Amino acid sequence: MENLVTRYRNVTILMVVLFVQVLGLAMQVKRATQDESTRLIRVWAVDAVTPFEKSIVWFQRGIAGLWHNYFYLRGVRRENRDLKLEIERLRIEQVRLNEDAEQARRLQALLGFKEQFISKTLPAQVIGSSGSEQSRSIYIDKGSRDGVRPDMAVITADGIVGKVLRVFRTTSQVLLVDDQTSGVGAILEKSRLQGVLRGTPLGEVVLEKVMSDEAVQPGEKVVTSGGDQIFPKGLAVGTVTKVSPGAELFLNIRVKPAADLSRLEEVLVITQQLEKEPALLDGALPMRAAEILAQRLPSVPDRPPDNPNAPPPPTSGLKIYSGPASPGTAAGPKPAGAGATTHTQSMQTPSSTTASAKPHVDASVTPGSAASASKPDASGLVAKSPQKPHASAAPAANNATSTAYSQSQPSAKTAPQPKPPSSATPTQEPPQ
Amino acid sequence: MPITYTSNEQIEVYRFSLPAAILIPLIAVFLQAFVPLRFHFFSIFDLPLLVVIFFAVARRSPVAGLLTGAAIGLLQDSLTGHPLGLYGIAKTVVGYGASSLGVKLDVENAGSRFLVTLFFYVVHEIVYFTVARGLVGLTLQWSWSRELGSALANAFLAVILFALLDRFKQRT
Repeated sequence: MENLVTRYRNVTILMVVLFVQVLGLAMQVKRATQDESTRLIRVWAVDAVTPFEKSIVWFQRGIAGLWHNYFYLRGVRRENRDLKLEIERLRIEQVRLNEDAEQARRLQALLGFKEQFISKTLPAQVIGSSGSEQSRSIYIDKGSRDGVRPDMAVITADGIVGKVLRVFRTTSQVLLVDDQTSGVGAILEKSRLQGVLRGTPLGEVVLEKVMSDEAVQPGEKVVTSGGDQIFPKGLAVGTVTKVSPGAELFLNIRVKPAADLSRLEEVLVITQQLEKEPALLDGALPMRAAEILAQRLPSVPDRPPDNPNAPPPPTSGLKIYSGPASPGTAAGPKPAGAGATTHTQSMQTPSSTTASAKPHVDASVTPGSAASASKPDASGLVAKSPQKPHASAAPAANNATSTAYSQSQPSAKTAPQPKPPSSATPTQEPPQ
Repeated sequence: MPITYTSNEQIEVYRFSLPAAILIPLIAVFLQAFVPLRFHFFSIFDLPLLVVIFFAVARRSPVAGLLTGAAIGLLQDSLTGHPLGLYGIAKTVVGYGASSLGVKLDVENAGSRFLVTLFFYVVHEIVYFTVARGLVGLTLQWSWSRELGSALANAFLAVILFALLDRFKQRT
């Protein structure tokens, strides 16, 4: 026996090594349903590989950022102009959508309908992949240290990407939706048919569990159903590309993912979701489109004072500087000061211009202060003006409103011109 | 201090320095995980497999070959979402087979390297698919055209890569 082992030493060692691995594999498969912790060898492997990946991605982004932000600025001016026009168009569209959303909220509140909200997201950089066509997963540069936990949803602006599979200290592994072991609750947008989104061994994405007697057309959008308790309801999943009869009375629906899973660079991890019933806004009174427009658009004129020489009401700071010379200070449905304040709050964004907006509005109440003499420059930022406060009173009043609005309006030059109140009706066509 | 794996004095056996023995597989696994993010076509290559074959035929020791294959395979498994051991088992078999073949055949010229890689790539895929379907229950689809295409691509790359890695060989 000893001679036999010595004679076939190599084969014996091969068998032992294979047996150990098969045994380990069987144990892992058995434990897969249990709450399995990450194995040490995975931690070592990830710790060995990901620092290189992070370094290269960091260096690559630095070079690309330097080039694109400081050297290659061709077409930026034209793009800026186009974006401003787009902002104007979207602003009008937002007014209409707000009305629809408010109506939907009222109806949902009546029905006791619970909504899921994405309350916190964490941006992350994609630093690596699994390196295997059989296992479609990626690595991101955020881990448990940043608050990432297993089973968190990962998305891009285009659509869903996958879910967090394993979390390490500074990195996480994300299972993509086109992996064959993934499963996402999905619903067809028009026909409202529910199914399960799965990956195939060839890396395609299919929607399963839709009965073959249902009519599904290519081109139909697929969104998340929220049934998997991972992805919030209504996120874009993809578009149906092919429908064919499948096995066991189910359709075989092939879906093209909305997010380009082969070219992922940056993703968002949904770190917190809230589920609550939609509450009606304060007052709960239905608002007409004209009223919403009056709040949103800076050019909706206020009512001129009966006596131009009379002092302004104390509650309306903006009216201090309003006068007949300014067409933008004509009568409006509500006091300009109230409108401006509401506007400042509703349009708050984390941009740097936000900080300058409110002080400017407030400062206009106190003539003579440094901020009251400031006005938005061409870039939308507040700049000091050498003019006397009262000499620039009328423009300052307009600009106060414009500045408050400039959080979403990059340039004062592109501000809409004052319009009569009749133009602010729901039937108004958005400018093309 | 160099590590030597020698068993047969009648054929030329090579050894590798410790940094090369550690860093080359590590770089191969790193490139396999990183490059497909930027160049998606790169995922048809299996750089860790090529490194296993290279080390196995150069050392010409079946035990060293299978242990190298097991280590690199498990490292590769660690980066996937699948259970550990799928690549480990496949590369153990390839490491053993390639080193056993290296003992008997001359695998120093480009033609034999091309054929050896072509053959062992298919062996690797067969073992991987068998284990993945039989033990883990993954639904994988075998396509001869796809596998042969990948095998050819890997064999071409192997000829270039092995010529590059020859610089790290040290005679015993």
